[in-house]
Amino acid sequence: MSTKNELTLNKVESPLSMHPKKFALWIFIVTVIMLFAAWTSGYIVRKAEGNWLNFELPYMMYYSTAVLLLSSVTMHWAYVSAKRDNLDSIKIALLVTSFLGLMFLVFQIFSFNELVSNNVWFGGKKSNPSGSFLYVLSGMHGLHIVGGIVFLLITLFFASKKEIHAKNTLLIEMCTTFWHFLDGLWLYLFLFLLLNR
Amino acid sequence: MSVVDLNKETAVGHDSHGHHDEHEHHELNFIRKYIFSEDHKVIGKQFLITGLLWAVIGGALSMIFRLQLGLPEASLGWLKPILGHWITSDNKLDPEFYLAAVTMHGTIMVFFVLTAGLSGTFSNFLIPLQIGARDMASGFMNMLSYWFFFVSSVIMFFSLFIETGPAGGGWVIYPPLSALPQAIPGSGLGMTLWLVSMALFIISSLLGGINYITTVINLRTKGMTFDRLPLTIWAFFLTAIIGVLSFPVLFAAALLLIFDRSFGTSFYLSDIYIGGQALDHVGGSPILFQHLFWFLGHPEVYIVLLPALGITSEIISTNSRKPIFGYKAMIGSMIGITFLSFIVWAHHMFVTGMNPFLGSIFMFLTLIIAVPSAVKAFNYITTLWKGNIIFTPAMLFSIGLVSVFITGGVTGIILGNAALDIQLHDTYFVVAHFHLVMGSASFFGFMAGVYHWFPKMFGKMLDEKLGYIHFWLTFAGVYLVFFPMHYQGITGFPRRYYSYTAYEMFGGAYQDLAFFISIAAFITFAGQFIFGFNFFYSIFKGRPATLNPWNSNTLEWTTPIHPEHGNWPGEIPTVYRWAYDYSKPGAEEDFIPQHIPLTETLSSNLPHETDALNGIKITPTH
Repeated sequence: MSTKNELTLNKVESPLSMHPKKFALWIFIVTVIMLFAAWTSGYIVRKAEGNWLNFELPYMMYYSTAVLLLSSVTMHWAYVSAKRDNLDSIKIALLVTSFLGLMFLVFQIFSFNELVSNNVWFGGKKSNPSGSFLYVLSGMHGLHIVGGIVFLLITLFFASKKEIHAKNTLLIEMCTTFWHFLDGLWLYLFLFLLLNR
Repeated sequence: MSVVDLNKETAVGHDSHGHHDEHEHHELNFIRKYIFSEDHKVIGKQFLITGLLWAVIGGALSMIFRLQLGLPEASLGWLKPILGHWITSDNKLDPEFYLAAVTMHGTIMVFFVLTAGLSGTFSNFLIPLQIGARDMASGFMNMLSYWFFFVSSVIMFFSLFIETGPAGGGWVIYPPLSALPQAIPGSGLGMTLWLVSMALFIISSLLGGINYITTVINLRTKGMTFDRLPLTIWAFFLTAIIGVLSFPVLFAAALLLIFDRSFGTSFYLSDIYIGGQALDHVGGSPILFQHLFWFLGHPEVYIVLLPALGITSEIISTNSRKPIFGYKAMIGSMIGITFLSFIVWAHHMFVTGMNPFLGSIFMFLTLIIAVPSAVKAFNYITTLWKGNIIFTPAMLFSIGLVSVFITGGVTGIILGNAALDIQLHDTYFVVAHFHLVMGSASFFGFMAGVYHWFPKMFGKMLDEKLGYIHFWLTFAGVYLVFFPMHYQGITGFPRRYYSYTAYEMFGGAYQDLAFFISIAAFITFAGQFIFGFNFFYSIFKGRPATLNPWNSNTLEWTTPIHPEHGNWPGEIPTVYRWAYDYSKPGAEEDFIPQHIPLTETLSSNLPHETDALNGIKITPTH
């Protein structure tokens, strides 16, 4: 049992330490990854079995993707502002990010309309799993975006109470991590859907 | 996750544990202290008591279907007050309810008793105590975890009493049986409630799992490096990792099933005719569900088993008064099992028409699990070898675990073979296998844990004599119940059947065996009430516990007999050694707790420890 630590009696090591809440957020992100990994692998397995409706992705989704990418930029602006103690621009940046998030959701709903008008249905007689999967993937991602917007608003609330600044960045760091993750998740889903038509 | 909390706790680095001390000065009211508590010890006990109540319900359901299987001719009119219209007019059990009872028995035992009851109880209770932390990383999330479980329990319990009965498609809920209400009554409202309840259960498990992992990684006390962690903590840690990776997949599978059932999608359904009428569902694949389900389902086996193995390591070492044999091999094999658990799921699906080549790959991976499992079994036995064994009830249950783990594990090698599985699939052989290796082994670990940590939980001792009676009844009982099932299975008895009247041979010659199993099951179940009495009686009237009743090394025994929220009244102890310094040559006593510095044990220090004290740096030899 000779280990390095037993040899240095007087220099007892403190275990490595990330902030527990931040660490917990990362593990939460892992669970979300597993959730979408399950659906996208289900998609591949199901597609391989045939009887698969081919259709173009709604045009609107390119716009919503662009909006979401932009929101990641503004999110980063908020984060940098916090680092630089620029209290006013934190608030503006968070507000803009939340707005872009909402806009993304609205665009997603428009693209659902586009799908329906192209005769791609979620359920019922006219539906095919290929369409249903698209609704499930983008719908469940949308639900996570709703969660992300709630997180943004909570952060905004604390920012307006001047509790987020260069010496207290934990909350905004977590918010930034989560928002970038949701952005990356959508990029993955979008590319996945584009490549697996 | 409360955000107020976030800001308050920003300062919690590792050195500022002292900040938590303020907890002790709060006088919390009854509701905050015992109901919506954020104290990991109270939450652990909440999981324990809820889990035990579920065990009674799950066990009672098995008694009902054992009545049907063992005594198919018997008149069950006397059950009418309990089961109501599920007893038919000729005093027989309704076949639909039989299916529901089997389904609910499986669901309850796997998820509510052996996942929430076992892992929920001991991960919550032991992780902070054994790693030296004031509480979990987030007490609030931990509280939510219990209450999500509670609501999930209420819904599942409620589903037992609805008119169409609880879910009846087996605990694996394969579509299309589970997807179409027209298939069986249990696939109506009962199945809907099952899915809602399980969705909440998954949220509870994930909240718990995220907390366990974070706590183990971030909140260990000074000196508690990963190679000094007790094996219990390693087991809970790996269990949580498995849960976090696999439960979301069950959630994904269940959600698609919900869409198929209620929103008319066709993920799992295709080409189904009911009464000559084709259903709208086109293009789905029921096999897809099986893949998704077993991607959770197989790791779930280890979610259930690993905590029991961890608890056993701790108890066997303590009560053999010997260091655990092969500490690092134990960790290695648990990591190996964790990894392998994710890549063997399709061995549950050998008869779904999968490509035989694919089958042989899954067979190969499955059989590899025998290696880490055998390493663990050998290490338990070699720890016992020439030990100074103290037969406490906890120790007996731990040794019992090793026994049933081996007996059940050996048949796993048979079932893991794709060719043999074709004969044995869905027979009582499978039932015998997993009830021994997963059901009984985990239950024994659960019981061992309760007997061992009861003094820490309630400050009282359980009665030992009742413990011995409970153990021997249970130990003899599980073998008498499950061993004969191997013979039934080899003969070809399919599982989940209401009666075997269609087969001359099964109904005749083998009925005696079924009768024997049922009688053994009744006695074993009755034996559990001895424990129930012992448990609740001892909470109130038991012998007061001493500080360290088992002369154990781990940190939880350095807390007061009734630890407050925050666990240690003063500073958190620092750790200087691993958890298994039992019977160290030269030591005054046969145990040296983890918080005793090397400077106080000069007579027993090993050469490299002495060198370290004298400031000589040597390089580790391995």
